[in-house]
Amino acid sequence: MHANALTQGVVAGRLDPGELAAGFGDLHPALNDHEAVVAADRCYFCYDAPCVTACPTDIDIPLFIRQIATGTPEAAAKTILSQNILGGMCARVCPTETLCEQVCVRETAEGQPVDIGRLQRYATDRLMSSGVHPFTRAAATGKTIAVVGAGPAGLACAHRLASRGHDVVLFDARPKPGGLNEYGIAAYKSTDDFAAREVDWLMQIGGITLETGKALGRDTTLQELRAEHDAVFLGIGLGGVNALDVPGGDKDGVLDAVGFIADLRQAADLGSLPVGRDVVVIGGGMTAVDAAVQAKLLGALNVTMVYRRGRGHMNASRFEQDLAAARGVRIITNAAPVAVHGNGAVREIEFAYTDDALVPTGDTLRIAADQVFRAIGQTLVGEALPALEGRKIAVTGAGRSSVIGVWAGGDCAAGGDDLTVTAVAEGRDAAEDIHTALMGSAD
Amino acid sequence: MADLTTDFVGIKSPNPFWLASAPPTDKEYNVRRAFEAGWGGVVWKTLGEAGPPVVNVNGPRYGAVWGADRRLLGLNNIELITDRPLEVNLREIKSVKRDWPDRAMVVSLMVPCVEEAWKAILPLVEDTGADGVELNFGCPHGMSERGMGSAVGQVPEYIEMVTRWVKQNTRMPCIVKLTPNITDIKQPALAAMRGGADAVSLINTINSITSVDLDLFAPEPTIDGKGAHGGYCGPAVKPIALNMVAEIARTPEMATLPISGIGGVTTWKDAAEFMALGAGNVQVCTAAMTYGFKVVQEMISGLSDYMDRKGMTATSDLVRKAVPNLSDWQHLNLNYIAKAKINQDLCISCGRCFAACEDTSHQAIAMSEDRTFTVKDEECVACNLCVNVCPVEQCINLEQMAVGSIDPRTGKSVDAGYANWTTHPNNPGAVKAAD
Repeated sequence: MHANALTQGVVAGRLDPGELAAGFGDLHPALNDHEAVVAADRCYFCYDAPCVTACPTDIDIPLFIRQIATGTPEAAAKTILSQNILGGMCARVCPTETLCEQVCVRETAEGQPVDIGRLQRYATDRLMSSGVHPFTRAAATGKTIAVVGAGPAGLACAHRLASRGHDVVLFDARPKPGGLNEYGIAAYKSTDDFAAREVDWLMQIGGITLETGKALGRDTTLQELRAEHDAVFLGIGLGGVNALDVPGGDKDGVLDAVGFIADLRQAADLGSLPVGRDVVVIGGGMTAVDAAVQAKLLGALNVTMVYRRGRGHMNASRFEQDLAAARGVRIITNAAPVAVHGNGAVREIEFAYTDDALVPTGDTLRIAADQVFRAIGQTLVGEALPALEGRKIAVTGAGRSSVIGVWAGGDCAAGGDDLTVTAVAEGRDAAEDIHTALMGSAD
Repeated sequence: MADLTTDFVGIKSPNPFWLASAPPTDKEYNVRRAFEAGWGGVVWKTLGEAGPPVVNVNGPRYGAVWGADRRLLGLNNIELITDRPLEVNLREIKSVKRDWPDRAMVVSLMVPCVEEAWKAILPLVEDTGADGVELNFGCPHGMSERGMGSAVGQVPEYIEMVTRWVKQNTRMPCIVKLTPNITDIKQPALAAMRGGADAVSLINTINSITSVDLDLFAPEPTIDGKGAHGGYCGPAVKPIALNMVAEIARTPEMATLPISGIGGVTTWKDAAEFMALGAGNVQVCTAAMTYGFKVVQEMISGLSDYMDRKGMTATSDLVRKAVPNLSDWQHLNLNYIAKAKINQDLCISCGRCFAACEDTSHQAIAMSEDRTFTVKDEECVACNLCVNVCPVEQCINLEQMAVGSIDPRTGKSVDAGYANWTTHPNNPGAVKAAD
């Protein structure tokens, strides 16, 4: 007998393939040509446009939208990609509702911004599907740079360095490049293996040697990298997951949300992935939403996301919160986990109600759970790293670490939002700074 | 509800909205649908002389210009006069007029420039019971190459001659349709008047090429790799048409010459503007071709509501209402001083006013760190460009400065008096006040 939503325990195959395919389809479907022109016509071509200011990579949004409106989407793509080489992925995963689209003057005027994210996807998809890579490399400089981590920051850094004529060795600990784009984003945001296709397209610039399965600290050290290269960029992300430090927090069925998300992305058959009937996700960020929504899409009967502070403090945007609610995820706020109950495996999880300052109110809540996902933050792991600020690598200027010749960017570096687009900006800017440092002067 | 009944050169119609002579009025089927939708009258698509009818191209007849969201702003056509046999058209005209006696039925005509041709066709039209004829002296393509249409309309003497023939050979009212493809619209209008025309209608379409196919390197619409100029119409031509109507209306000799206004009428407002500038009624084509015949219902309700608001009880109350305010530049009051004002509650901070003023005008708009845009009165010449480029209605307005206040741009007090260029000290030809 097949499993269904009511089947007890953590089981695979709760939904049939058709239901799975429908659920995991594109969250923001691609615009067709007509939709793109209609959407582009809404842009007012603002002066010193607020959307550009809001974009961490400073994409000239009014210009690229005008290029779409005038029938030149490939030119639009070049405008985007010259600022943000991962413009295709950012078009899919950027929280546009809190960046460019939030400040769009048509949001002010009509409560309906120009559909910037999907227009960006329209343009970049067009260019990528034509197989064109519009950037070429400058004359060879003879310099070699090690970029550690092939996630958004590392990829952006490597591409910009290669375009400046440097040779790049791009290391990643995982078997595939892409970092969080490949392993850490909900499947419905990056359909049709987009992350891998984007990396393949990006590598067409040439001059980048990819070495996967090479982890810093395990297969190489920062000291070695420095000795063998003219500069090093660290874009190693946050490899550790915070533990659930409560009694019973190590029971069976208590898992990392990032691992669950990675398994989902790498699964050849979503029907083979086991998921609980009663799933609880602890946390209030994008990772928590991605895990909760996807648990629901796999067929879990009850999915509850529990966050210790109020909704306004959640790192997940309002759009993401609404997405979770629309998919049937119950969101409980102001409740902090205090114990995991169960005989070997989790059966129930207990929370204490708290106010926004995390002071317990004295009341508690118990939720049935056969699967619990921790999405309570990630931490930097690694030894012999440059000096830290808090729990991340301290940087000054465009990603300069405390060690001469070593730059850092993306989630592993202090400061900035932990967004794909911010990582791209940091990687790109560090590359320019490395170029200037190595070549002696700007350009 | 205001009474929209119109009497135009003795032709009565329940409203001033007629369909112009054009593809929508080529057949009984279309015209019946138009009357069912509420149109006050039609000018039946131009009839030619008896015999084999003209032929049309078998490729595209229309080209277009679009605005945002593919809104049709201008249409261009290379269709000729009716390509159906004369007797079929006459039979259908008679049939429709019999069933719709309260609607205006005017028949557009274009036959060779010889009196016999006009003598032959006019009795046939009279026999249909039609209310009048309109002489097509405007068609700018195809027919003009055969010595008809705008080939006549561009020569005032021909207009006068043919109009006279028509008046001598029929009892029906005669409207002369004018081409805009001339330098001074007053000349053909005066010629029509001298020939005895009961009215003029204008404008016919404007010579135009709407676009070029950049792969074929051919004008559009493209027929087998080639293109010919066509006649331009639609919202884009309205300003040209309004000016030409106004030029006739303000000419004293033609102050009583009835005008049927044509050219881009799309809404009730457009119609009211034509009427205020002297048109006794309006003719519509592109709006109907874009949206279908139902569009007349908005025109009827809109004009009626407007007239109610203005306390007008008949369309004649509106006709020529703006004519006294038509002036020449040299007579505009140079002591009238205004400044742009931005309504901060309505402003969406797009900055288009700033870009327009800073880059292309007078650097009279300031932009703050937080994107607040304000007018610098000391620089503002009240050119109106910011008003025109602002995407929000009523967000920027020009406000008149009070008499006696100081214009910060010039440092001078706003004068209550009227003064124009003819007496301005900078004018070398200034008329000196009597010593």
